[in-house]
Amino acid sequence: MPKEAKPQNFVISLKGIRNQFGDQILHNHLDLDIRKGEVLGIVGGSGTGKSVLMRTIVGLNQKAAGTIKILGQDVDQVSQTELGVLRQRMGVLFQDGALFSSLTVSQNIEAVINEHTKLPAQFVREVAALKIALAGLPIEAGGKYPSELSGGMRKRAGIARALALDPDILFLDEPTAGLDPIGAAQFDSLIAKLQDTLGLTVVMITHDLDSLHAICNRIGVLLDKKIKVGTIIELTKEADPWIKEYFGGPRGRAATRSHD
Amino acid sequence: MTSPEIKLSSDKTTLTCSLSGSWTTQELANVINQTPDKNKSDHQEQIFDLKAVEIMDTAGALYFLQHQDSVEANGHKTSLKNVPKHVRQIIDTVQDHRLKECPPETSLKGIRKLLTDTGESFFKIIDQGRALVTFLGLVLNAFAKQLINPKRIRWTPLVAQMEQIGIHALPIVGLISFLIGVVLAFQGAGQLERFGAQIFTINLVAVGVLREMGILLTAIIVAGRSGSAFTAQLGTMKVNEEIDAMRTIGLDPIDVLVLPRILGLILVLPLLTFYADIMGLLGGAAMTMITLDLSLFQYIRYLQDAASLGDFFVGMVKAPVFAFVIALIGCHEGLQVSRSAESVGRQTTRSVVEAIFFVIVLDALLSILFSVMGI
Repeated sequence: MPKEAKPQNFVISLKGIRNQFGDQILHNHLDLDIRKGEVLGIVGGSGTGKSVLMRTIVGLNQKAAGTIKILGQDVDQVSQTELGVLRQRMGVLFQDGALFSSLTVSQNIEAVINEHTKLPAQFVREVAALKIALAGLPIEAGGKYPSELSGGMRKRAGIARALALDPDILFLDEPTAGLDPIGAAQFDSLIAKLQDTLGLTVVMITHDLDSLHAICNRIGVLLDKKIKVGTIIELTKEADPWIKEYFGGPRGRAATRSHD
Repeated sequence: MTSPEIKLSSDKTTLTCSLSGSWTTQELANVINQTPDKNKSDHQEQIFDLKAVEIMDTAGALYFLQHQDSVEANGHKTSLKNVPKHVRQIIDTVQDHRLKECPPETSLKGIRKLLTDTGESFFKIIDQGRALVTFLGLVLNAFAKQLINPKRIRWTPLVAQMEQIGIHALPIVGLISFLIGVVLAFQGAGQLERFGAQIFTINLVAVGVLREMGILLTAIIVAGRSGSAFTAQLGTMKVNEEIDAMRTIGLDPIDVLVLPRILGLILVLPLLTFYADIMGLLGGAAMTMITLDLSLFQYIRYLQDAASLGDFFVGMVKAPVFAFVIALIGCHEGLQVSRSAESVGRQTTRSVVEAIFFVIVLDALLSILFSVMGI
């Protein structure tokens, strides 16, 4: 469980973020602090900019205004090299894995490690095999190409690649979307286990109410161009109609009951 | 971050290894190169002191465990002391998940790799040939059905394809044919001048352009322009599962996508070839008028003697054949795309290379055939 929130415990702090595309403003004056070691779920209706927010934090999307501090460093103030080092401390799982299709799963992981270190090839292969095992894939999966894997396995392979450099922060974009309930539950427990054993901070975009209940310490709801963060219990007391509908609707209630 | 280190200190029976620094993926290369030789010590027991380890990630833990294994393999007892809690957790996790044996190297080396690759490519070529023949059968079958029942012909895509393949290719085909006419005339005039037979430049241009160059260049340009487009279009649709969607709706992709392209190209390539012939002859005219000092009328007069209608038809007859080959290969390779973005690029390259290859091989065969037949 996250400790008492002190500023030094924030791995990521967003202040006054604005994102806009043309005239359309997605986020305005958005503040968000992510605590070390927590699992933060991000939810919101379609088009509220969940993915855009994630892409903004990892630096794939240029923000229009505001400051982002990652591990205490303002990303606009640091040099390109320092930014590169910061990026190595973040791992991202994209929706469909985004594995490089011309490389095998193992090579996908090795490529990341080889790019940033000078370790011997044999050892890099062993590290890759370890990450594949950590992600819960059978060892044979390492030699397969992404197109030969099922959707769930591709996600696990994506996690393995995201973990290649042992990041401190892991971003997941809809990790359980498209998985069957058993696969989704296994994936939840995988994330919980990785988070626990490797001491990761996890930020996940999800619509899976079961995931929210099962592994998220806090939940951020994107609403009115801002984000409202709290535990599920706190959020269910919110007066906002969208949040009420989200957690109090039939699916929300079912998920709450099953996790009571 | 400080770089990871191993320090040794020993008393009579035990050797103590003190680990310090950051044992992370980024820093690990420093320690791998300076790990002490574990064979030379003759101590009974080796103790690893992990007190000064700042952080350890999974790669660091894996390396540490492997090092420990190799020490144990030499008959020493090992033990850990002063392990910080977070380090202990990582080491345990890695211990649970690592493989005792390193994964076997999957790629072969040297002569075995060469032989395996040769064998694999051979069977791949056979498979591809078989697939192409199957596809040919499917196309001919669908084509026959459309001929029997012309209502099935899809006119809109057919006309759209003809516009795309034909009209939009006019500038490039025209320019290249014209320039080839110029080059043939220029080079020919230079060589024939030595025999005082400069006037035969016109024969060279006429026969060269009408029989070979016009159709061959047009076919190669079209293979590069339209054959690749067919593959890329169909391939992208395949990646997007659009072709599967079509099948479920009850549309046959051969009817809807492949036949309009093949028919369109068969109808358009002869027209493009005719146009290329004219432009090539004009290019020759432009050059001969300069080098031989002829007027346009004289050029046309000589042209009538130099080329027969047969020369023209020998060129034109090849056009539908080449068109069929180019379109067939383009569509076939497009449908061979697997569900990855990378294979679209690979198939497109292959489609162009194969199409040009077949066009030139067929051209050579037809040339021999015509000369045997005395045409």
